[in-house]
Amino acid sequence: MATRTLFHSPLRPVEDFVGAGFAPDVSSYYTTQAEVRAYHRESVTKGDKMNSRGLRSQLKDSVPVAGLCPQGAYGLQDSLRSGFTSIKNELLPSHPLELSEKNFQLNQDKMNFSTLRNIQGLHAPLKLQMEYRAARQIQRLPFLPSSNLALDTLRGSDESIGFEDILCDPAQSEVMGEPHMMVEYKLGML
Amino acid sequence: MSSQMPHLSRASSFTSRKHEPSSTKMATLVVSRPPIAGFSFENCKRNVLLEGEASKLGCSLPAARKTGTTICGVVFKDGVVLGADTRATEGMVVADKNCSKIHYISPNIYCCGAGTAADTEMTTQIISSNLELHSLSTGRLPRVATANRMLKQMLFRYQGYIGAALVLGGVDCNGPHLYSIYPHGSTDKLPYVTMGSGSLAAMAVFEDRYKPDMEEEEAKRLVRDAIAAGIFNDLGSGSNIDLSVITKGNVDYIRPHDEANKKGIR
Repeated sequence: MATRTLFHSPLRPVEDFVGAGFAPDVSSYYTTQAEVRAYHRESVTKGDKMNSRGLRSQLKDSVPVAGLCPQGAYGLQDSLRSGFTSIKNELLPSHPLELSEKNFQLNQDKMNFSTLRNIQGLHAPLKLQMEYRAARQIQRLPFLPSSNLALDTLRGSDESIGFEDILCDPAQSEVMGEPHMMVEYKLGML
Repeated sequence: MSSQMPHLSRASSFTSRKHEPSSTKMATLVVSRPPIAGFSFENCKRNVLLEGEASKLGCSLPAARKTGTTICGVVFKDGVVLGADTRATEGMVVADKNCSKIHYISPNIYCCGAGTAADTEMTTQIISSNLELHSLSTGRLPRVATANRMLKQMLFRYQGYIGAALVLGGVDCNGPHLYSIYPHGSTDKLPYVTMGSGSLAAMAVFEDRYKPDMEEEEAKRLVRDAIAAGIFNDLGSGSNIDLSVITKGNVDYIRPHDEANKKGIR
């Protein structure tokens, strides 16, 4: 039977994560045990060392970028994919709220984690951040809408409604990105 | 860029693609990053440019519909009375002669809204939904202080760009409460408050005749007179007077309570 993900609940203790390693389910929605074994075999024959960090976490855009700088390679603008550049666009936000809204979740998390660290010690934010990283990797392919259920539960945003649920809901967008380009971009092949 | 791509979940739409005539070519957007939910600031620079062009030509872009309002609230012996006028303006024109400015937040909490009509409407609806989820999660009747905190945090996050000035009132397990919430996120907890363009006229009436621990009829008369002062002395307020009387276990939504400015009667 195909295993859905390697984590059954986001609140497993730390040892389970370190030993298991993350499944490199790069190309499949569900990872089967056979595929994992095949990957192991291939990487051994090619001489690659098995990286203990999951492949997913090294993919593009897995860590959100704060600020307005372009997201191409080396910080240069990717004219083919993101259109022409304007230095004014990069230096000045088009609206005073743009930067603050882009980084809102990041800043909230930073504030909460630092408060937690001051109250309960370093272990508390460390464990929580590990769970966040794990939950953030449970995603469908880039062009498909992911439910982010584990991430929502951890954040507590499954019990609140904000503008991000009403305006510009990606699940209701009228356009779909080109599947091959999006996956290749995510893998860094493009 | 035509964007007629059917949603992936409807499998049948994919088979119908084969039967489409060759003249309708579907183009997909080349999108490398998934769309971000929430507010999108893509058009801000374009809008600034358009405003500049329009002012050069001498005309102006259409204004958002404001409620240019008189809203007020007063705490009496057993609860809270909220009052509002019913005119919505769009620049110098009356857009709605009988709009409803007292919004439902929860069975025991109501909120009057002044400022940009869409902002007050959406803000109160979002907070109402959040409060419902919160009360389902705690299993208790929501408190007015909770609604106040949620509203204040949301309005501060958007730094006053959401133009919603609110009068929040209700009765919970700790008694009757009344708050006024400003667009930038500051709040005041007071026994009587007024907001909107007619707030000075209404506040003059309150300052003259407010007494603590009034009876219900006296409080209703006071609020009615305060709103009437705003209607007659302020251009942005007019038409009828809506009242909402909230007591423990009961809400009286009186719309209209008084037709101060009847259309057709000079």
